[in-house]
Amino acid sequence: MRVMAQLGMVMNLDKCIGCHTCSVTCKQAWTNRSGIEYAWFNNVETRPGQGYPRRFADQERWRGGWVRNRRGRLQLKAGGRFRKLLTIFANPVLPNIRDYYEPWTYDYETLTEAPLGDDFPVAQPRSLLSGEPMSVEWGANWDDDLGGAPEHGPRDPIVEKIRAESEEKVRFEYERAFMFYLPRICEHCLNPACVASCPSGAMYKRTEDGIVLVDQDRCRGWRMCVTGCPYKKVYFNHRTGKAEKCTFCYPRVEVGLPTVCSETCVGRLRYLGLVLYDADRVTAAASAPDERDLYEAQLDLLLDPADPEVIAAARREGIAEDWLEHARRSPVYQLAKVFRVALPLHPEFRTMPMVWYVPPLSPVVDRLVETGHDGESAASLFGAIEALRIPVEYLAELFTAGDPAPVTAVLRKLAAMRSFMRDVTLGREPDEAIPASVGMDTERIVAMYRLLALAKYDERYVVPTAYEGEAQQLEEIGCSLDVDGGPGMGGPFGEASGRPVPVSVETFHALRTRQTSDAVADIGDRVNLLNWDGKGRPPGLFPPRRTEERR
Amino acid sequence: MTVWDVLLWGVLPYVMIAVLVLGTVWRYRYDKFGWTTRSSQLYESRLLRIGSPVFHFGLLVVVIGHVIGLVIPQSWTDAVGLSETAYHVQAVVLGGIAGVCTLTGITILIYRRRTTGPVFSATTRNDKAMYVVLVAALVAGLATTLLGAIGGVEHNYRESVSPWFRSLFVLQPDIASMARASVEFKIHTLIGMVLFTIWPFTRLVHAFTAPLHYLFRPYIVYRSRDAGPASRPARRGWESIERR
Repeated sequence: MRVMAQLGMVMNLDKCIGCHTCSVTCKQAWTNRSGIEYAWFNNVETRPGQGYPRRFADQERWRGGWVRNRRGRLQLKAGGRFRKLLTIFANPVLPNIRDYYEPWTYDYETLTEAPLGDDFPVAQPRSLLSGEPMSVEWGANWDDDLGGAPEHGPRDPIVEKIRAESEEKVRFEYERAFMFYLPRICEHCLNPACVASCPSGAMYKRTEDGIVLVDQDRCRGWRMCVTGCPYKKVYFNHRTGKAEKCTFCYPRVEVGLPTVCSETCVGRLRYLGLVLYDADRVTAAASAPDERDLYEAQLDLLLDPADPEVIAAARREGIAEDWLEHARRSPVYQLAKVFRVALPLHPEFRTMPMVWYVPPLSPVVDRLVETGHDGESAASLFGAIEALRIPVEYLAELFTAGDPAPVTAVLRKLAAMRSFMRDVTLGREPDEAIPASVGMDTERIVAMYRLLALAKYDERYVVPTAYEGEAQQLEEIGCSLDVDGGPGMGGPFGEASGRPVPVSVETFHALRTRQTSDAVADIGDRVNLLNWDGKGRPPGLFPPRRTEERR
Repeated sequence: MTVWDVLLWGVLPYVMIAVLVLGTVWRYRYDKFGWTTRSSQLYESRLLRIGSPVFHFGLLVVVIGHVIGLVIPQSWTDAVGLSETAYHVQAVVLGGIAGVCTLTGITILIYRRRTTGPVFSATTRNDKAMYVVLVAALVAGLATTLLGAIGGVEHNYRESVSPWFRSLFVLQPDIASMARASVEFKIHTLIGMVLFTIWPFTRLVHAFTAPLHYLFRPYIVYRSRDAGPASRPARRGWESIERR
């Protein structure tokens, strides 16, 4: 047993209102630079829908992830090492920029420069790639809220599959009944296909916390990682010629702050925490013969952080005591393994993804209420879960490789919790039979309710800090995410040459002060939005107040 | 042997090697972030998927041909019974095919670069200068091969260029041999030296990091925070006060 620690995330999809705040704040923090303007490390997709980039989950087209070959061994779907090197001069399955969307801006200057005339001047869209006028025909979120669903919806790979399998013709009106949102970030997989695809060895999984990163100094732009990732969450910066991806906001989590997407989530639907897993068994688990066993195999990798044997093994691997303590309080472990209500996204890609999802019960509830039934009675909810075949099948294709049983089990637990807690809230006699019907007891269902409904900031984000002793080194992790016009963009060999700018500007201790104090830490006139906790009015962030001006 | 001969074939090669080696080391130390293929496949894939493999594979054969022609002495091939005529026939045929592929490939690539809007806007002046030298070297090289074959008067470079090339590495440049070479070979060699001189300062550096080690490493790379960039010495102006 080789115990390793992994930072993971759980998203409770019932709470997602599709407001895109996570995407916007992530973009402001990480991808607002030219060259990566088309990339969304965090994006929110409407389901059913094609996703971003278009139909990314269709691996017959994009050939991401792993497959089990005839000899029962794992193999990259896009081909092994030799094939990778033979096709290195032109990647055969790289998505085109139009599969994401062509980034654009508007010709705002016309609005102010246009000569006086009868017509209003119009700011035309212009391509950020060529500078030419363009017509905007696709975006990262073109089918938001099922916009254009009759046209785009049927091309959702899961809808296609369910339609092909079902004998009756499923009308899209029906699918409309279970619209939900799916926020996606990098999965920081235990068996990352992007890392395996990188010819340069520039991508790596951090031993301490399992975060998957790209070493910007070693990346040579061979683009194989983009193909390798089945979630299409590695992006090619077309100006620097380097791959970039979600960093799990490592500069923040290293000092115990949640990621930007979690911090700013309006619905408070994200949970961060550690899990301990057995690194020796990852390949075996990912090679399970039947795709439908992959979810169980993945759960099986997660080790019980309260088990003395696991603790001893973790200590042997040098995992610190406070990390073990954090692992014991981890909401991710609780939701995925203890309560078994969080499921992995597309386990059939065999990458062992570490961002988990609590599937949404709300489509079922909405459907019940729409048809005049009681949306909170256990009996009708259980009945509806059985009856609403299409939503369950869809969720199963998303989270359990098509096996409806685990999805049904989760939905029944959520339904039981909902119905049981109604009685508690209304002061009625709680019905012990409801938790029992889903294999839980009163105590556990209340604990699950606390975690899903009430959990406060420090219960949702249980993030251990990197050690004090290492803090000094952490200041200078070069990340090269430089801005337009910065030293990195205008070096002597054209854009992207020259030395990278370090990502951390403030010191570790300044970060700690502002993390723990109620007042605004004094760091001069510079505000690092990445670390800003929303408290107070740091100088330089807002324009001066009018009263101040008068003074 | 004129002064020009000494300068061109006795001095220039060493200047070229010095610039190539020191320039590469300097670039690697100074500009790891700029060390990339700067691929434009995201913008345009159709032409690239034809042009790029044709160019690169053609070039690999051309490079192998150069190594064989320059490094293996004629006496060795004679010893295994390969006659001069037979050697030249295979060199011209293989070299000709590879050369034509390379040139076709780069023609497609340059056409693509010029006509695809986003690709053209991503082309720097540095790239353009590099393309001029690269294409000139390719054209001159192919011309020496094909003109020799068509003209009938075959210049045996293995008696002029090759001995000079090998002599460079023992620091006893055989300038007289190179001075005997025909004009087209001299031009090709000169352009080649210019190409290798500018090499470290262009995007061509990506060739030096061809990822052959990919064949031998485990699939999943684990790296500790310590082993990462954090352990590198702090840059000037960023040193910690507590550290020495």
